[in-house]
Amino acid sequence: MSVTQIKFYQVGSFAVGNRLLRDDERSVQSDPDRTNALTSGHRACQGCGEALGARYALDAAMRATGDQLIAVNATGCLEVFSTPYPESSWRVAWLHSLFGNAPAVATGVAAALRAKGNHTTRVVAQGGDGATVDIGLGALSGMFERNDDVLYICYDNEAYMNTGVQRSGATPPAARTATTQSVGDHPGNLFGQGKYLPKIAMAHEIPYVATATIADLRDLEAKVERAMTYHGARYLHILVPCPLGWGSASCDTIKIARLATQSGLFPVFEAVNGEMITSSKIRKKVAVDEYLKLQSRYAHLFSPQRNNEVIDHLQRIADRNIARYELMEE
Amino acid sequence: MLRQVEGSKAVADAVAACKPEVICAYPISPQTHIVEGLSKLVKDGTLQHCEFINVESEFAAMSVAIGASATGARTYTATASQGLLFMAEAIYNASGLGLPIVMTVANRAIGGPINIWNDHSDSMSQRDCGWLQLYAENNQEAADLHIQAYRIAEEMSIPVMVCMDGFILTHAYEQVDIPTTEEVSEFLPPFKPRQVLDPMDPVSIGAMVGPESFTEVKYLAHQRMIDSIAKIEEVADDFEKQFGRKTGGLLRSYRTEGAETIVLALGSVIGTLKDVVDELDLDGYSIGLVGLTSFRPFPFEAVRTALLGAKRVIILEKAFSTGTGGIVTQDVARAIEGLGLEDLTLIAGLGGRPITIASLRSYLVEAMDDQVERLTFLDLETETVTRELVKERALQ
Repeated sequence: MSVTQIKFYQVGSFAVGNRLLRDDERSVQSDPDRTNALTSGHRACQGCGEALGARYALDAAMRATGDQLIAVNATGCLEVFSTPYPESSWRVAWLHSLFGNAPAVATGVAAALRAKGNHTTRVVAQGGDGATVDIGLGALSGMFERNDDVLYICYDNEAYMNTGVQRSGATPPAARTATTQSVGDHPGNLFGQGKYLPKIAMAHEIPYVATATIADLRDLEAKVERAMTYHGARYLHILVPCPLGWGSASCDTIKIARLATQSGLFPVFEAVNGEMITSSKIRKKVAVDEYLKLQSRYAHLFSPQRNNEVIDHLQRIADRNIARYELMEE
Repeated sequence: MLRQVEGSKAVADAVAACKPEVICAYPISPQTHIVEGLSKLVKDGTLQHCEFINVESEFAAMSVAIGASATGARTYTATASQGLLFMAEAIYNASGLGLPIVMTVANRAIGGPINIWNDHSDSMSQRDCGWLQLYAENNQEAADLHIQAYRIAEEMSIPVMVCMDGFILTHAYEQVDIPTTEEVSEFLPPFKPRQVLDPMDPVSIGAMVGPESFTEVKYLAHQRMIDSIAKIEEVADDFEKQFGRKTGGLLRSYRTEGAETIVLALGSVIGTLKDVVDELDLDGYSIGLVGLTSFRPFPFEAVRTALLGAKRVIILEKAFSTGTGGIVTQDVARAIEGLGLEDLTLIAGLGGRPITIASLRSYLVEAMDDQVERLTFLDLETETVTRELVKERALQ
């Protein structure tokens, strides 16, 4: 595998930006010897959170396995922008089958490796939120329940972006999508129970469940590496803002991901065998408004005037997360 | 060595002798005994270096098979009916990726109304999915076809469905000679995949193909399928040389020489038809039989040659295309174009209705006397359907 030096991305981070760390603590993103699972030149949009998240996640998985990695991909943006035949951006052994079967395909890869006595090659499956929480949920639950040796990574951009921003089971309440438009009595997506997959994964009591965002790539990498120390089914849920679908500026992708965590709307935590063991504390709490305002999918909440009822409801969700996942320092 | 075994057990043992490395299964009648048998063989250590995966759906079963096959493992699964339809998306994907998976279809009707008994509407619904489809006449052939299927699949890089009649074969006890693992190893070399997921030589499998290449990809798949016609015959010949019996191949003719009427059929009904043909021959009728083993690819030349000289072909089908008629008939009609041969279709055995010698005999006698419609449903309760049609039409 050839090695490509890449740009320094994590500019302006107050989380764990490399510049704040000693040399020996720096993440490998600034290491000229780093390997890339996903090379440049692919067709993702400018500011794509998924492309960033996937590259860091798979790079970390490759380092953790000494490049002995096979990746299975669900249908979706990540698959489409990376492999327009005859081109491919993948530097890993990579298989795409269907939209709803990536967990089962990964099970098959892991089973074949086991049957062949290959105990060094590891398997990662990845997909967007549609592939994960909706169409592939049965296959994912099956993979969890059998405790197959697969790390499944969900890149959650909270809607079906590849088909043109339609609502998914992971679309948050009040968000505008092409199928939950900002019209009518309850503009945007309806409030409901939601479908929060990290908790569903934890209910399977699999060895490792974690959430992460692309605002803290060091944390993301550490979680992938930790996941690779476990055998059995593991689940990593990464929030990846989508400038196109969320109606945000390409340059705000990382900022928005950070506001999602700092508002409490997206809790970052780790769970082992179904029990939460740690959560990332909010360093500077912000109101949900700060997060919502940067995205035109929530524009109807601020025009013609602030929709207090809906925004307050969203704030209560964030506050509930803060309490439930212990996101504030005591 | 001949053993008195259930068809499902014969298939399980034959598959095990092929040393699959990954078997995945979801239960559906009448496929269950096959995978139960294999699960025991894996668990008791008879079948080693094999992972048996219990999955949560047929869609997952085929998906696990896809992942395993792409990683270079010899892979097996079995299904039927609704299960086959539930995995349809993955079935097309497996052939599109050129993965030589072998799958048993324990043929069963498709609902609604729900029906667990035998006909061919499940596998016929997957006619165009890019898999080879081989139909077994009896349990000996069912067992042998699996061994041949792995050779064909792996040499052509195309998946193969071995279709055997649900219950009629899967649950029937017959004498079957099941080759040993050692014997099969001589016939079936280890699986060498054309393309494999290997971290040291990484490839991207399953890329998105646009309009500029899609036609070419599909054309090549078609040609591979056409090329497999010769491969099916070659493998059946090799099998005969090693095991001393003729099973598999494209088709087999029975008493067709000089026959004016030839019945063409697939699957276990061929056995019944042989008895009927024998009886009618004794009574002075000029009738023969062609048993079609390979439905996909459809061996146009072989079918044309087999029917040459006859005046009438009657295609007996255990499935049909609603609003059209026979499915196999369409292909047979193309095979006999210009021969001046009359083709008749007999739909029989739907949803497990017994196909009796008496009914067949009475239909065939009438057919040979030009007294039947071009499309006939055997043993149809005419009074019932006429009454219902009157009621329904009154509502329209």
